Amino acid sequence: MLDHLFYTLQLADNALILGHRLGEWCGHGPVLEQDIALTNISLDHIGQARSLYQHAAHLTNEIPQEQRAKIFQSVTLNNKINSGELLQEDDLPYLRDAWDFRNALLTEQPNGDWAYTVARSFFYDVFYFLYYTKLKDSKDAQLAAIAEKSLKEVAYHQRWSSEWMIRLGDGTEESKTRIQNAVNDYWQYSGELFVMSDAENAMLKKGIGVDAAALKPEWDAKVEAIFKEATLSIPEEKWMQKGGKQCRHSEHLGFILAELQYMQRAYPGMEW
Amino acid sequence: MSNAITTEKVYDWLQGVTDPEVPVLTVLDMGIIRDVQLDTDEKGSVTATVVITPTYSGCPAMDVIGMNIRMALLSRGITKVNIEQQLSPAWTTDWMSEEGKQKLKEYGIAPPERKSDDALDMFEDDSVACPRCGSEDTELVSRFGPTACKSLYRCLSCKEPFEHFKCH
Ligand SMILES: [Zn+2]
Repeated sequence: MLDHLFYTLQLADNALILGHRLGEWCGHGPVLEQDIALTNISLDHIGQARSLYQHAAHLTNEIPQEQRAKIFQSVTLNNKINSGELLQEDDLPYLRDAWDFRNALLTEQPNGDWAYTVARSFFYDVFYFLYYTKLKDSKDAQLAAIAEKSLKEVAYHQRWSSEWMIRLGDGTEESKTRIQNAVNDYWQYSGELFVMSDAENAMLKKGIGVDAAALKPEWDAKVEAIFKEATLSIPEEKWMQKGGKQCRHSEHLGFILAELQYMQRAYPGMEW
Repeated sequence: MSNAITTEKVYDWLQGVTDPEVPVLTVLDMGIIRDVQLDTDEKGSVTATVVITPTYSGCPAMDVIGMNIRMALLSRGITKVNIEQQLSPAWTTDWMSEEGKQKLKEYGIAPPERKSDDALDMFEDDSVACPRCGSEDTELVSRFGPTACKSLYRCLSCKEPFEHFKCH
């Protein structure tokens, strides 16, 4: 049961944190159309996160009260659980501390310039297109339905980020330098997507989760094909950062949460 | 009860509930109503359960649509309204009614025509006829528009910009 919850949170946190990062571009896009593109994509991610958090809240509430109080290391969330109240979807993103978040490190990396934002989304989109294609056969009917729904949106995102990889790589000298730099810097965060977390291993055994490690050859092939068209080189670095999926984060996540959670922390339970 | 509430009547009333972002389309035109169930208890109170499917995961109109359905049915004497969301099968513009497409066009929005599983290649975009003058000589301005469901085009014949309801 705990693994099922953690697995769902891992998916939800990925969608939320990347959605939040892309939302930071709102009002700062290089041209109006792309500003709108990023906020549209951001909204898809946050919408997917909502469905996943609803499911995660439901899974949490199914756990007996005395055990439920021991799942998280976040004081504010535990206070709510100890009060006997059932959790709602918003409690999970707003009341958990960084050490209870399970998103991959890639999603929390800063926006940087346009090229960094494109490279980060490209790695993620190619991965999640493959991932949701498998997850739609999950034995958890709700996860399967969320995957089926999200897949159509991710296909659209993947087309957008792939085109931008090509447009920048096969563009001017300046754009090529920038996108190659972004790829070189964020490459080290791509590997964690394929490193199975404990929750992923447990859910794979139950037919609920996806074998992320097995998606690597297909991901490599797709990335190589786009890089070739973009005249970009694949970084030689093989060493990969990992930890986010096991709740060990870079310094960036705390800053994201400080902004994202501010209102609920300052005015608990506020609505508008 | 003489004025028995039937599912046919509920569907009739749903014809009056429109998308707040595209007010010419009813929820039935959009194809987001999956099911309507009625339950009458021993006192004669009617509970309606309406199953809707969201268009896009993050579409903010869905909450408003749910509220409008609730108000439309409560005002007709239904005592309790449950709105349930169903994600699978995922909504597609293939479910939009022909009447809905016609209404969109008259409203100035080019309707979705391509079947959703007929995917576009990279750098390929739908060729869309101008809803005002009918010209095929149009170009895409932005694949993303003011709402998740629309993209932006301009007509090179009559020079007017217009929105296209994306094939999804
Ligand atoms: Zn025209």
